[in-house]
Amino acid sequence: MADWKTPDNAKYTENDEWIIVDGDTAKVGLTDYAQDQLSDIVFVDMQVEVGDTVSAGDSFATVESVKAASDVYAPASGEVVAVNSALDDTPETINGDPFGAGWMIEIKLSDAGELDGLLDAAAYAKHCAEREG
Amino acid sequence: MTDELIVNKNGAPPPLEPLIYDLGAPGRTGAILPKPDVPEADLPADLLRDDLDLPEVSEMDVVRHFLRLSQFNYAIDKGFYPLGSCTMKYNPKLNEDMARLPGFALAHPLQDPSTVQGALALMYQLQEWLAAISGLEAVSLQPAAGAQGEFAGILMIRAYHLANGEAHRTKIIVPDSAHGTNPATTAMTGLEVVEIPSDANGDVDLDKLREVCGEDVAGMMITVPNTLGVFERHIQDIVDIIHGCGGLMYMDGANMNAMLGIAKPGDLGFDVMHYNLHKTFSTPHGGGGPGSGPVAVGDKLLPFLPGPIVTIVDEGDEGEPPLYGLTMPEQSIGALKAFWGNFGMLVRAFTYISINGANGLRAVTDHAVLNANYIRSRLQGTYPMPFERICGHEFVCEGHFKDADGIHALDISKRLMDYGFHPPTNYFPLIVPEALLIEPTETETKEACDAFVEAMLAIAKEAKESPDVLHEAPHVTPVKRVDDVRAAKDLILCCRVIPDWDAEAAK
Repeated sequence: MADWKTPDNAKYTENDEWIIVDGDTAKVGLTDYAQDQLSDIVFVDMQVEVGDTVSAGDSFATVESVKAASDVYAPASGEVVAVNSALDDTPETINGDPFGAGWMIEIKLSDAGELDGLLDAAAYAKHCAEREG
Repeated sequence: MTDELIVNKNGAPPPLEPLIYDLGAPGRTGAILPKPDVPEADLPADLLRDDLDLPEVSEMDVVRHFLRLSQFNYAIDKGFYPLGSCTMKYNPKLNEDMARLPGFALAHPLQDPSTVQGALALMYQLQEWLAAISGLEAVSLQPAAGAQGEFAGILMIRAYHLANGEAHRTKIIVPDSAHGTNPATTAMTGLEVVEIPSDANGDVDLDKLREVCGEDVAGMMITVPNTLGVFERHIQDIVDIIHGCGGLMYMDGANMNAMLGIAKPGDLGFDVMHYNLHKTFSTPHGGGGPGSGPVAVGDKLLPFLPGPIVTIVDEGDEGEPPLYGLTMPEQSIGALKAFWGNFGMLVRAFTYISINGANGLRAVTDHAVLNANYIRSRLQGTYPMPFERICGHEFVCEGHFKDADGIHALDISKRLMDYGFHPPTNYFPLIVPEALLIEPTETETKEACDAFVEAMLAIAKEAKESPDVLHEAPHVTPVKRVDDVRAAKDLILCCRVIPDWDAEAAK
């Protein structure tokens, strides 16, 4: 079975999103495990734009691969300050670099305390391994 | 066999059939028109075009072209097809004979009902049979296919709550193992989807279900047996929980092939369900269609049935047969389909039910479930399975191996084609990694099931010993591995570049 990258500086959801805080904003994307499960991603339908606010648990995008379409949920609440529009033309960037160039949105956190409820890298890696049986 | 297949891989691919535009020659035609019996006249010049890109071919060019194309197909009439009733089970040829009887095939939907009493009697009897099989009160044959049946069902649930002054009931609960059409239906009716997870055994998580139940719940949609192929062990609890909070229960009847004559949705407490006649009652579908998705309802939803439905308008007596007519239920959600549903499918389903009879339908399910469990038992231990329990008419295994890194369900499916089998459903249900959903149906013999199992076992061995054979499969089909990514991203579906395409696009 494959090993999936789970960078220590990220927090994770059970639905396979990551969030990495940098100053007072945070980038959000899909994890390495998620992109591996989805396989080749062919389309990203971003449902928010800069200036929108999202609440933790809101669906903000749909990612479509050759296997399935999957909603992506905000791990934390805040105002959207950037969306990765490069994914419109090159959605496969999520496959190649899920934690880097494959980021999806950047939000200004409204409650940093929400992050405490998320999984750390070790707990998330365990969550992935468990599902793989 | 394996060696031969590997060698074939390196041979030249068989030439693909040319497009019909590349056949023929200028001026060639396949028809001889009779001399006109009226004076010849020229067409108005402003209506004449010379830019139409039409094939110029003889009758034989056309016949051979389409026959060759048809030979590239794999069909259930050609071999084992583990998509099973999910797509379409074997269609007995008698069905086709009956659908072609002139009284059925040539009837016009606008004929006066008095002149099509036979067709209406057939529809009435089919409504009655489908109601009896479901254990519910009444049936409408209107919906064009299963998804429209779902749409009708949820509209009826909504209409029921509105009639009771409960407009605040806007949530439809859907398990995470559901068919994608269930949440899509809910969204189309303007209601809100609440997804709940399955537990470790593949059943609905009852604690999570209780948590979301409240007075805002309109109902729940659930497939029995569920899409994981297992019968919900707590179905009675689920029905009671939803009814307890005032919601109604919708059963997605896609998997009725595992229930015929064994359990009735009405007895389980369901308020409404749809059938897929093409799945359960052997009408053609799967890329051809059309489908047919009758809905059955209990007494609560009776007034809301989509219509028209067929009723007896005059009972008749010893000398006179009953007179059938078309009636709109009083608070009907309306018509969903032009005229009277997909009538040709109704004739086929009627034929299938009447030929099998009650005992025969029960035997259909017995054999479907037996075949699925036989194949499951033989693959267990070789293919990982999320739930090792008795299945219904289908089961899920996982198309990957701990000791064969890089092998996916897709590779196994593609390789099955080399062995002469149609692949099973891939990557559904979504909650099982690398899912392969296998359904043999009742018509397959033990020999056919065994041959499929032997191929699956051989492929599992190849996955570990020569994984590239799987990665590059299929090797012996007219079309090799297709580029799924390009197919999904490059959406030009036209078989031939349209002249002036660029100019059109520029506009």
